[in-house]
Amino acid sequence: MHPILKLVLQRLALGCLLLVAASALIFAGTMILPGDVAQSILGQSATPQALANLRAELGLDVPPVQRYFDWLGGVLHGDLGTSLTNRLDIADTMGKRLGNTLFLAFWAAIISVPLAIFLGLLAVRYEGRWPDKLISGVTLASISIPEFLIGYVLIYFIAVKLRLFTTVAMINDGMSLGEKLNAIALPVIVLTLVVLAHMMRMTRAAILNVMQSAYIETAELKGLSSFKVIARHAFPNAIAPIVNVVMLNLAYLVVGVVVVEVVFVYPGMGQYLVDHVAKRDVPVVQACGLVFAAVYICLNMIADIVSILSNPRLRHPK
Amino acid sequence: MNDRDREIQHFTKLAAKGRMTRREFVGRMAALGVTAAMANTLLSTAVKAAGPNKGGTLKIGSTGGESTNTLDPALAASQVPYHNLHAFAETLVEVKSDGSIDPRLAESVESSPDAKTWRFKIRSGVEFHNGKSVTAQDVMRTIERHSNEESKSGALGIVKGIESMSVDGDTFVMNLHTANADLPYLMADYHLMIQPDGGFDNPAAGIGSGAYMLVSDEPGVRHLFKKNPNYWDSSRGHVDEVEIIVINDATARMAALQSGQAHIVNRVDPKVAGLLSRAPGVRVENVGGPGHYVFIMHCDTAPFDNNDLRLALKYAINRQEMVDKILMGFGSVGNDFPINASYPLFDSAIPQREYDAAKAAEHYKKSGHDGSPIILRVADGAFPGAVDAAALFQQSAAAAGIPLEIKREPNDGYWSEVWNKQPFCASYWGGRPVQDQMYSTAYLSTADWNDTKFKNADFDAKLLAARAELDDTKRKALYSEMANMLRDEGGLICPMFNDYVDGLSEKVQGWEKDGTGELMGGRASQVCWLA
Repeated sequence: MHPILKLVLQRLALGCLLLVAASALIFAGTMILPGDVAQSILGQSATPQALANLRAELGLDVPPVQRYFDWLGGVLHGDLGTSLTNRLDIADTMGKRLGNTLFLAFWAAIISVPLAIFLGLLAVRYEGRWPDKLISGVTLASISIPEFLIGYVLIYFIAVKLRLFTTVAMINDGMSLGEKLNAIALPVIVLTLVVLAHMMRMTRAAILNVMQSAYIETAELKGLSSFKVIARHAFPNAIAPIVNVVMLNLAYLVVGVVVVEVVFVYPGMGQYLVDHVAKRDVPVVQACGLVFAAVYICLNMIADIVSILSNPRLRHPK
Repeated sequence: MNDRDREIQHFTKLAAKGRMTRREFVGRMAALGVTAAMANTLLSTAVKAAGPNKGGTLKIGSTGGESTNTLDPALAASQVPYHNLHAFAETLVEVKSDGSIDPRLAESVESSPDAKTWRFKIRSGVEFHNGKSVTAQDVMRTIERHSNEESKSGALGIVKGIESMSVDGDTFVMNLHTANADLPYLMADYHLMIQPDGGFDNPAAGIGSGAYMLVSDEPGVRHLFKKNPNYWDSSRGHVDEVEIIVINDATARMAALQSGQAHIVNRVDPKVAGLLSRAPGVRVENVGGPGHYVFIMHCDTAPFDNNDLRLALKYAINRQEMVDKILMGFGSVGNDFPINASYPLFDSAIPQREYDAAKAAEHYKKSGHDGSPIILRVADGAFPGAVDAAALFQQSAAAAGIPLEIKREPNDGYWSEVWNKQPFCASYWGGRPVQDQMYSTAYLSTADWNDTKFKNADFDAKLLAARAELDDTKRKALYSEMANMLRDEGGLICPMFNDYVDGLSEKVQGWEKDGTGELMGGRASQVCWLA
C-alpha cells in the first residue's frame, strides 16, 4: 500500500475512535449538570405531576448507560434522533444551522486567509520598517479586543450611524446571495479581524525563519527581487506551519463563533448548541459535539497531510 | 379658522398618516406655540381618527427564544412562545388593560349564582386556519388536554379545579369543585389557546384561529406569520406579515430597533431606557404591571421560622433605593405582599412599609438570632440586577446590625436547584391577572409553588371564602385582610414591582398603555399598525 494512503487510513481510524470517546465524554458531562430536560422545559412553572408525565414521555426513566448505547446505535445507522424539547428531527434542523455556520465561515475564510498570508509576506518584505510595524500593531490590537466589543463598535458606527449593512445578520432560504452577503457583512468583518493576527504572525515568523537559510542568500545573490525570493523560495518551505495555523483558525471559524452569532443574531451552530445545553437536550448536544469534533479532527488531518506532502523528507520516509 | 389652526390641522394630518415623525411634529407644534403634551394628545386623537393603516411587515425583536421552543401552547414558558401564541391563536376571553373581561372566542360568559357552573357561548362563524369551524367541542378538548392525567401544561394548576365539562349546542359548560368567581380570568391564561380538537393529534402544529397564520417556524431564529384573510374581528390584524425575530442579546436588540430592523422590541434594560428614548426614531413605553422582584424566606426553616427575624429583614430593606437604583425608576415600591394597584380589588389603604434600621435592629434583637451571617442566595437569572439588589440589601441590613452573606449561584439550574429549595434566595414573579390566582399559586398552604412555605389555615380559609364571594365589597375586605397577614407574617420580602419597558419605532401606531403583560399583553402584533 502507498505510504500516504496508509497514513490517511490510519488517521481516519484514529479519528473515528476519538469521535466515540468525545461523544462518551459529552454524554457524561451533560449527566453531571444539575437538573434534567423535563425540569428545564417546564422551568419555574413545573409541577411535580407535570414533571413526572414529561419524564416518562421523554424516556428519561431509562438508565443513562442504556440511553447512551441506544443513541450510539442510532448514530451508526445514520439516525441522529429527534430533539427532546421540540420534537424536530435533529439532522434536519442541525443541517440548516450547520449550513449557515459553514456559509459564514466560508466567506470569512475567503477574505481572511489570503489577506493574512499577503500581509505576512508584506511584513517580511519590510521587516523592521514601518509597514511591518503597522501591520503587526493593527492586527495585534484587533485580536486583543474582545470580539463582541468589535461587533458592538461596528454595529454602532456602521449600521446605526451610517445605516450600512444590517445589525441582525439573519439569513433564510428566501434571500438571494447578494442579500445574504449584505446580511453577513458585519460578522464577516469581525471574524476576519479576530483571526487575522494569528495567521499573519505565523506566516511572518515561519518565513523569517526560512529567510536565514543559505539557499535564500543564494537566491538573493542570483539577483531575484526580494518579493520573488519570499514568494518562490521561502514560502513553499514555510507552508507546513502556516497550514497548521490556518486550519486551527478555520476550525475556530466553525466551532468557536458563538459570541459573534449572539451579537449579530446569526442562526448558526453555536447558538443552537448553547440553547440545547441550557435545556439539557442530550441528543442534540451529542449531535453537535459529534459535528464539532469531526470538524476539528478533519481539519487537523488535512493540516498533517499537507505538511507531509510539502516536505519531501516526510514524503519518502526511510 | 385662522392660519395657525389650519397649519396645526395640516401637520396633524401629515403626522397621523406617518409622513412626519412624532419628533418632527412636536417640534413644528412647539414653533406654533403648542405644548409637547398637547401636541401628543392631538396626534394620538388624529391617529385614531385616521384609522389603522393596512399592510407591511411588522418586525418584533424579542428576547426569550431558544432553538428548543415549540409551538405547543401547553409548553410555552418564555417570551417568544408567548408572542407566537398571541399571533396565531386565541383564548376564550382576554383581560383588558382596565381589568375587565373581553370576550374573544366566547361570545358571552355566564355563571350560576353560586359561581360553580360556568357557561361559555362560542362565537359562531369563526374558523381555524385549517378551514374547520371553531366549536364548543374543540374548546372542551383543549381544556381537557391541559387538565388530564398526562398533562404537562403550564396551566395545569389553573384548570385543576374542574369537576366536569360538557358541550351544550354552541355552549361550553364547566362545573367546578368549589365556587370560583374569577373563572373567566383563569380562562384568559395564554396557555389555554383554543386548538382544533384540543391539539391532541399534533399540539405543536401551530394551527389556531388567530389574526395571523404560521408561515415559517424556525425555533430560536424567527417565526413568520401572514394575515389570516378569514379573521373574524376587523379591528385586529392590520399588517400583512408579522415576523418575530429572536434577539436574546440586549445590546443587539436595541441596535436592531435603532437601525430599523425591528419595529418593536421587548425588555428594554432600565439602565439604557433613558438613553434609548433620546435616540432618533424610537420611543420607550413603560407601564406598571403585576410582576415583582422578591427575596423569599422559607417560613418553616430556621432561622426564618421566627417572625421577628422575618420582620427584621423586612424593615432592613430600602425599597425606594431599589426602585431608583435597580429599576432606574421604571417600577414602584412593594409592600411585602404580591399585590399592587394593577390588580382589581386592591386595597390602597394598607400602610407602606418603609426602611427603618432602628425597628429592624429591635426585631433582630427580639428574635434572639445568634449573630451568625444569614445566607442569601442570588443569581442574575433570578431577576435582572438581583446581585446588585442583594448588595444594596446587605448594606442597608448592615446598618441595622444584621449580617447578610451573599452567595452567588449560577444562572444555569437556578430554578431547579436554588429556588423553592434553599431557605433564602432571590426570585421573581410575573404576576397573575387576579388576586385569587396569585394567592392560590404561591401562598395557599398546599400550593406546589408555595415558595415561602407560608402555611396558615386562617389565610387558606379566607382565600376560599373570597373565591366564592360574588359581592365585591366583601371580597375586597377579605383580600385586604389576607394582604395584611402576608405583609406582617409571610416569608415574602417584596421590594419592588417592575414596569414592562418596551421599545418602539416611530412607525408603530395604535399602541396603548396595557399593563397585562409585555408588548400590550402580547396583543401588540394584532392591534398595532405601521405608518
